[in-house]
Amino acid sequence: MILASNALPDNAGYVAAAYLVFLALLVIYVGIMAYKLGRVERDVVELNRLADEDRAPAVAEEEATHA
Amino acid sequence: MHGSRLRSLSAATVVTLITGFSLAAFVAPMDADQGFMQKIFYLHVPMAIVALCGFVFGGICAVMHLRTNEAKWDLRAYVAIHVSVILGVGVLLTGAIWAKASWGHWWVWDEPTLVSFLIIFLLYATYTPLRFSIEDREKQARYASVFAITAGAFVPLNFVAVRAATSLVHPRTFDSAGNLPGAMRTAFLVCFLGMALLYVLLWQYEMAHKNTVAQLRSLKRKLAGDDGLRSRRSAAPELQV
Amino acid sequence: MMRRAVSALLRKELRLELRTPQVIPAMALFSITTLIVFHFSLQANSVEGALAAGVLTVTLLFSSILGINRLFVADHEEGGFDGFLLAPVDRTAMLVAKALALGAFLVVLELVAVPAFGLMLLEPSLTGAALGQTVVVLLLADVGIAVVGTLVGALAIQTRARDLIVPLIALPLLLPVVIGTAKALAPTFAAAGAGALPGRWLAILGLYDLVFGLLAYAVFDFLLED
Repeated sequence: MILASNALPDNAGYVAAAYLVFLALLVIYVGIMAYKLGRVERDVVELNRLADEDRAPAVAEEEATHA
Repeated sequence: MHGSRLRSLSAATVVTLITGFSLAAFVAPMDADQGFMQKIFYLHVPMAIVALCGFVFGGICAVMHLRTNEAKWDLRAYVAIHVSVILGVGVLLTGAIWAKASWGHWWVWDEPTLVSFLIIFLLYATYTPLRFSIEDREKQARYASVFAITAGAFVPLNFVAVRAATSLVHPRTFDSAGNLPGAMRTAFLVCFLGMALLYVLLWQYEMAHKNTVAQLRSLKRKLAGDDGLRSRRSAAPELQV
Repeated sequence: MMRRAVSALLRKELRLELRTPQVIPAMALFSITTLIVFHFSLQANSVEGALAAGVLTVTLLFSSILGINRLFVADHEEGGFDGFLLAPVDRTAMLVAKALALGAFLVVLELVAVPAFGLMLLEPSLTGAALGQTVVVLLLADVGIAVVGTLVGALAIQTRARDLIVPLIALPLLLPVVIGTAKALAPTFAAAGAGALPGRWLAILGLYDLVFGLLAYAVFDFLLED
């Protein structure tokens, strides 16, 4: 009896498969989140560029008045 | 939610889930009927309960949305249902594996909880197409809330009906946590807590993401004007910041 | 006030259908076609017991999907909503009137479909007692289908994919009705003669009608607001 409970039974694969499904689900979720993070990153880069463009004329104007 | 809180929540989830699964694997005794197979129980059942609670939680958020007419409640309902559907996929897959392992078939119709779960899952699978097919944002939110409330009320009712429909009752060694032996129950409760934390964590992640996107859009509007925004049709609710 | 609004709206619905019958003939025809489909797909000349109950339930359910699909189309296309929303009446009157109209359509459908089913497929022919039991169960089912159908129809009418959304939402939502009706009618159609109606299933159908009736009453306002 003790021996039986220590050795893995034949169909332990199913249990492993169930837990692997759970793990796979989490990994897929992380992957989707990573993709979404990439999109956020692109947006931030674009916003950065927009902010620079906005600033550039203002800075140029400022320099012109100083000169 | 701020990063540090999200971080501690993540840590708590990981620790609880690992503790729960370890308790289930090494401490909880082997089930007399099912043997090692019963270890799926510690994954499948908490996941199912948490997913169903998530659906009901989505319904409650939808009630709040209709009462207050605030977009944030619609967003909360949307994210709650979204995360529950993801867990639902896991519930159905692990349920099928468990059925195959213990009864030799990938699907058994006389297991009422599994069947009711499939029905509820199919119903909620239409939530996103429903949202997507309504273009007007305000109307989309309102109709989605009506759907979420109806479906939320359907969850318990459906369980009653399907439960009653199965005359043949399998030898259910674990109808509830109540009649489990001590070590099994502890392991189950820890697993359940871990799964609930996981749900909250995923919910918070999604909310943080949606809020960030809303902030970015508002920033873009400030910098580039309205024409800088390509309006994309989407099923997801949009916060106006 | 409410009662007058409901009866006016209901009269409008019924008059519309009587003047140019559209929905009911389609539903009735569809139910007969479905019975023929069952005959060939089951490859059975007659059915009895649980199978018979299932065939009848599915036939009625699919036919009622047609009715649900069309329920709000006239109002939507001809701007009936706007006129209604301007009138100083409770919006729930619309729900009650539409549910009653759909219920009436279902009853007419069953007047055609049940005798057709009895003649074409059912092996123990319908006795008086069995017919009485069928009427009781189907009336309980009709209430549920009418309420949920009205709710789903109103939900789907504003979407761009109405005819896709209606069956996708209505079928899972109506599954408890399917279970209840099929289970309750199974002893009625038994080969050995009609058995007693199982009270448990009538109770579940009644509970479903009650819960979704109250729910529809609570949320319907939000579907018409514009």
